[in-house]
Amino acid sequence: MTRMRGRVAIVGAAESDEMGRLPHKSAFALHAEAARNALADAGLEKDDVDAVFTAGLWMASEAAEYLGLRPRYVDGTQIGGCSFIAHVEHAMGAIAAGLCEVALITHGESGASRVAMPGMRFGPDSVRLQFEAPFGLAGPPTGYALAAARHMHEFGTTSEQLAEVAVATRKWAALNPRAAMRDPLTVDDVLASRMISWPLHLLDCCLVTDAGGAVVVTSAERARDLPKRPVYVLGTGEASTHVIVSQMPDFARWDAARIAGERAFAMAGVAPADVDVAMLYDAFTIVPIMALEALGFCKPGEGGPFVAGQRTAPGGAFPMNTNGGGLSYTHTGMYGIFTLIEAVWQLRGECGARQVPDCRVALCHGLGGMFSAAATLVASTDV
Amino acid sequence: MSDHAGPLPVPTPETRRYWEAARRHVLELPRCRACGHRFFYPRAACPRCLSADLEWVQASGRGTLHTFTVVHRGARDFPLGTPYVIAIVELAEGPRLMTNLVDVEPDPARLRIGMPVEVVFADVSADVALPRFRPARA
Ligand SMILES: [Zn+2]
Repeated sequence: MTRMRGRVAIVGAAESDEMGRLPHKSAFALHAEAARNALADAGLEKDDVDAVFTAGLWMASEAAEYLGLRPRYVDGTQIGGCSFIAHVEHAMGAIAAGLCEVALITHGESGASRVAMPGMRFGPDSVRLQFEAPFGLAGPPTGYALAAARHMHEFGTTSEQLAEVAVATRKWAALNPRAAMRDPLTVDDVLASRMISWPLHLLDCCLVTDAGGAVVVTSAERARDLPKRPVYVLGTGEASTHVIVSQMPDFARWDAARIAGERAFAMAGVAPADVDVAMLYDAFTIVPIMALEALGFCKPGEGGPFVAGQRTAPGGAFPMNTNGGGLSYTHTGMYGIFTLIEAVWQLRGECGARQVPDCRVALCHGLGGMFSAAATLVASTDV
Repeated sequence: MSDHAGPLPVPTPETRRYWEAARRHVLELPRCRACGHRFFYPRAACPRCLSADLEWVQASGRGTLHTFTVVHRGARDFPLGTPYVIAIVELAEGPRLMTNLVDVEPDPARLRIGMPVEVVFADVSADVALPRFRPARA
């Protein structure tokens, strides 16, 4: 496993030209912008790409066609918003095996405007529609609220602690010109916002936006010939434990994250204490709290106290979600690619006002479904 | 009798027995004859050992409230009306399922994780009864 450490690098990372509410752009147009920008960032040409990785409700080959690519390796692994982090692991395996050399991992989603988006269609005989929809399951907030309530019950986590995450993340967003929500926020603001699904308020929930993002992964050898400093992939892990809400093995613990994180840290030869910046998928405020516990940044049940006192805010001891996260920067629906982009920029020292000093080791951690899947990645400019 | 405007479950071969029992206001669970595992939701293979040697057993209809949420922004056309309670109930037999908690105030301060609950069937159409739960009365 450790023989994979540092074998590949992320050599390009970019967002779409525009992010936000973009009714004038289709999901694939956002793919194209992000892919073009990521290749330019990598100093590579379109024709250098021989592998395409994407997730969505399309075939992965549809994105490839739109981009005019004819890849010899295609991976459409879809395990939810963390898929793009898992794609890095899959690209690492394929590149190390000699099956491809330059992997484009691309995401474009018209999450808010819904331009050219495939529908999420399940028949009335699907497992979801038989066993969950009849009880009024109202989208992701409802499912996450069930976990948050159990976490509060078992560990005494409070609504104020959840709100601390939203407030700290907003402070990072204020430093990111591309963040959608940059106005200051207080814990009281979060607690006073409309209840969506108790115990989750509106401001415990992520944004819904239109955006694209892409990264380019290649071998460490080839990376060294490219203009920007390679961001080496030191360790990766992924796991899937269930899909529908009722099948979550433990509502107060994120098993998939624990499994993914253990492997990523072991492969990287890195411990949680070595991480300088953590990009933890924040679809809801409870999610990074449970990630911190599952990944070993704190003990089970201590995630609430861990984030208290604005510890994850700018100037705090634990820089987390420095782009402003899914809560305040952007959340298209499948946010995972943006954890990778920000980690690359932080490690290269390109983050301007929000740059974490001496940022050597970054951790990206993604969420899929209802705590159903997880993917973790440890990266550094040093091998 | 119908109080359900949303999509109603359409059984598959492996779930038909579950929904037919529910229609008779009986909660049944599949049990694996090979390993003894009782599980939810019904499948054609035991999720513990993959055996197809399964039987149906009647569940007690009793359990505990494992976790819940009070939904304020609800599913479109959902008949219970907001706020309503979605619950995960852990059945006395072990498996957990999603359901609604009914005959209670939808107020988190008045609900307690761990409280005993019992099944109550709601006839939502001529063909479908949904297993909902209420605080145990016995
Ligand atoms: Zn079995």
